Amino acid sequence: MVHSLIDRSAREAYGRLVALLTARTRDVEAAEDALQEAFLAALEQWPLVGVPRQPEAWLMAVARRRWLDRTRKESRMDRYSDFEAHFDAMESETSRGMDLPDDRLELMMICAHPVLESSLHAPLILQTVLGMTADQVASVFLTSPAGMAQRLVRAKRKIKLAGLRFELPGHEQLEARLGALLDAVYAAFGAAWDDWTGADGQRRLATEAEMLCAAMAGRLPEHPEVLGLWALMKYHEARYAARRAADGSFVPLDEQDVSRWNAGMIEEAETLVRRAAAALKSSGRLGRYALEAAIQSAHVTNRLNGSRDSAGIYRLYEALVRVAPSRGVRVAHAAAAAEAVGAETGLRLLEAVGDGGERPYQPFYALRAELLYRLGRYPEAQLDYDRAIALSTDEAVRGYLRGRKKR
Amino acid sequence: MKYALLIHESEEVFAVRQDPAKAPAYWGAYTAFGQALTEAGVMTGGAGLQPPATATSLRKVQGKNAIQDGPFADTKEQLAGFYLIEVVDLDAAMEWAERCPAIEYGGSVEVRPLLVM
Repeated sequence: MVHSLIDRSAREAYGRLVALLTARTRDVEAAEDALQEAFLAALEQWPLVGVPRQPEAWLMAVARRRWLDRTRKESRMDRYSDFEAHFDAMESETSRGMDLPDDRLELMMICAHPVLESSLHAPLILQTVLGMTADQVASVFLTSPAGMAQRLVRAKRKIKLAGLRFELPGHEQLEARLGALLDAVYAAFGAAWDDWTGADGQRRLATEAEMLCAAMAGRLPEHPEVLGLWALMKYHEARYAARRAADGSFVPLDEQDVSRWNAGMIEEAETLVRRAAAALKSSGRLGRYALEAAIQSAHVTNRLNGSRDSAGIYRLYEALVRVAPSRGVRVAHAAAAAEAVGAETGLRLLEAVGDGGERPYQPFYALRAELLYRLGRYPEAQLDYDRAIALSTDEAVRGYLRGRKKR
Repeated sequence: MKYALLIHESEEVFAVRQDPAKAPAYWGAYTAFGQALTEAGVMTGGAGLQPPATATSLRKVQGKNAIQDGPFADTKEQLAGFYLIEVVDLDAAMEWAERCPAIEYGGSVEVRPLLVM
């Protein structure tokens, strides 16, 4: 009970507390260490004395003391007197029941600062704001844990020693960095999502990613990309249960039982898509997430109305492949073309994407198998199904592909 | 915070200094940049350097001092000068770096925080 409370406080408070401690010090590492100690103290004390009335404020107070002890030991006195005043002001606010300020957007913006190597932007955000370990971050980005840990430490040193600015940048810079923020949030969501069998901890990461997106939407009102990503996550969550049949087997979108969708969440997603579309009309910058959300909206509308507007979906993919020509998007674009134009066109677009060479790409083979099957090229289709099955990490997906192969 | 702006230029840009047609514009740009730094009250020091051919490098090799004619690393760009500035943060230092004439001349400016002693 207490442990689960601590765990929940941890998830909800972690990023906010790191952000608050970092705001004045720029010392992400010290903030993380201090918080770590605060959570350890909570584990020791809460079971004995009960959970404090304001867990977040309690954690903050302990973290602050640990942080000050540490700073006193290793640096000059003059540096922390104004931090103390800052923390005192904060503590008196929270003791009056006010919420701690939310500096997470600033923290994310510093993680996505152009003076830091761009491939580290999203990993840094996942670690500092969502509290993921270097190992977890490495597994999300498919790199070696040791190398990732080292690069994260180096980046945090630079944030501290080089004196990066901890405040929201101007409009142009903000737009330039926002992509990295959204990608990080979506990567965290995807990491939780991929692990279907995953423990509760993983599912909570998806929830946390969505809450973070909601917080961003609160700070950056009516931004089409933020609203788009938020909607996108809601569409996925709404269909979560319907993705598996009772026996655990995989169910693709067009075969899902729509009565198992979370109708309330679909409605929320639809509202967000409409807001994103309205925001697009005024700002005019068409981006990846607004488009992906629009595509999900079109799929959902088709399923709920029993319609098949594949041409509309294909048009959206045509736009998406221009703004975000990643491998995944290009394969999905080929699939949309197959539905709207024909299997031959889809196959031609897919062949142009390539099979991934040394790192073979499962969606490529799964789609090519399906298209070859539709074109009556059965022996080739069988070969590709076998490759796709071999490349699938999820047993439910393998089972689904075996079923398609046997048709 | 205090930062050093370390200016690196290629051989061709060092040659501009000797070119009667181009040198006035080159020196003019650096003079203007230095004035801007001074007027903003952020400059705390700095110097331009003679070309790398005038350098002498010293290090200990197998216990003996070894002298080398020229700079150590034979890279495409060499240190051409530096400014010491004091500004609120790295973002402000980067804004000054962007205005440095070296950027226009195809060189680079390395921005490094100074050690606090």
